[in-house]
Amino acid sequence: MKYKNIQVAIIDYDLGNTYSVLNAIEFLGYKVFVTSEYEKLKKANAIILPGVGAFEAAIKSIVRKELDKILTELVLQEQKPLLGICLGMQLLANTSEENGLHQGLGFIEGNVKKITPKSKAAVPHVGWNDLNIIQNSKIYSRLKDSKNFYFDHSYHFECESQYISATCNYGGLSLVASVQKNNIFGVQFHPEKSQNNGLRLFRAFIENS
Amino acid sequence: MLKRRIIAVLTVKDDIVVQSIGFQKYLPIGKPEIAVEFLNKWGIDEIAYNDISATSKGKKPNFELIKKVAKKCFVPLAVGGGISSLEDVRKLTQSGADKVIVNNLLLQNPDVVKSIAENFGNQCLIVSLDIKKDGQTYKPYHYLTQKYLPYNLQEWISRIETLGAGELLVNNVDRDGSYQGFDIEALKIIQNFTSIPIIALGGAKNARSFIELFEQTQVDAGAAGNFFHFTEHSVNICKAQINQFQPWVRLETNANYQDNPIDTNGRLLKKEDDILEHLLFVKIEKEII
Repeated sequence: MKYKNIQVAIIDYDLGNTYSVLNAIEFLGYKVFVTSEYEKLKKANAIILPGVGAFEAAIKSIVRKELDKILTELVLQEQKPLLGICLGMQLLANTSEENGLHQGLGFIEGNVKKITPKSKAAVPHVGWNDLNIIQNSKIYSRLKDSKNFYFDHSYHFECESQYISATCNYGGLSLVASVQKNNIFGVQFHPEKSQNNGLRLFRAFIENS
Repeated sequence: MLKRRIIAVLTVKDDIVVQSIGFQKYLPIGKPEIAVEFLNKWGIDEIAYNDISATSKGKKPNFELIKKVAKKCFVPLAVGGGISSLEDVRKLTQSGADKVIVNNLLLQNPDVVKSIAENFGNQCLIVSLDIKKDGQTYKPYHYLTQKYLPYNLQEWISRIETLGAGELLVNNVDRDGSYQGFDIEALKIIQNFTSIPIIALGGAKNARSFIELFEQTQVDAGAAGNFFHFTEHSVNICKAQINQFQPWVRLETNANYQDNPIDTNGRLLKKEDDILEHLLFVKIEKEII
């Protein structure tokens, strides 16, 4: 399919850095829109769930806009490719411990917990970190030698190793950097803020969808 | 390994990037969106956009200008100046800002600062701390009144942490625009007061300043305003020199300047004539992502 015929939807749930993601996808030449409407999401070839913000506010907003039901239909039943970014990835989990215990979408079995470094390290984990890619994932297919991406988070995703596609080392821990289950992908880092590596990742996610 | 970050600070006054000297004197540099486009191409790790005229004139951030800037920015963008409510933060994140920087708001309305962290997460909140040496001790300083705050440094920092700051931007007023290097002494004190990431600002002259900073302190990031603006490929050349010392930072391009002579100020020199004569040109195809 030609670039311009591919439609990418970025989910709008009032929080999140929709503009930066939109900007990156537009730069790559795809048709892209920010929306929370069922009809528009249904038309998209790929869906991105961005995220900057706190878990509770985000999931409440998603439920209020009935995006949980829409995504269940489009992503779980119709198998549309979904990429969750940062908080968007954490929302895929069953629960999060950020400021209380909250239910997530439950698309990938896992729980979100506070980072508690073993060695002296600051929280949030912020900055450019190298990935250890442990499972061949199509989202990494266009990377070159450099595998660093920009992270910025205080909570991290814990799940079974079968869903983990990459990790990164921080504060004596091996943090989950990305998860994958069938057509559902989640990245803890911010591709829209990771310069060329981020653009390569978006291209790979969208082209392989 | 987590890389250490090199951050460019754009000091913006009346919508123009300026060179700032000692918080008092300002010289014009150019349009913010153009500065950002170059810094991004040269491989900067992050950009901090600081509007110094908004708060003092009681204005809101210029959201349209931030949008223009964000369009050229594929690295994290932190925006400060003129933020007084949660709504301002919401609009800034919708305009492409990833983080906000607050300073005066901490004094005016600490509850808003707290709710920024609660609503947008700690990672979204950078608190800017201006410090100045009073005799032998470092004290928090207020840039608007140009007076010391009535707190000691440790108290003030723990207060900043309690309010939910995700990063601490430490700006040494005496070093601002001085090219004397970072104030290592102050940063060594401050790093013991807090566990959140620290960004050092004020005094950077060249790559040497960053090497000293990363070697002698544990701070996460070094920031500079002025010196990145005045030379071509400044960021790239600076990072290449840092990595020749220790691979602390991220290199976005393949240019590592390993065979280039560099003068004591960190500027590239021309290669010897006989090297130039025998250079072979290699065609590197531009990658289309």
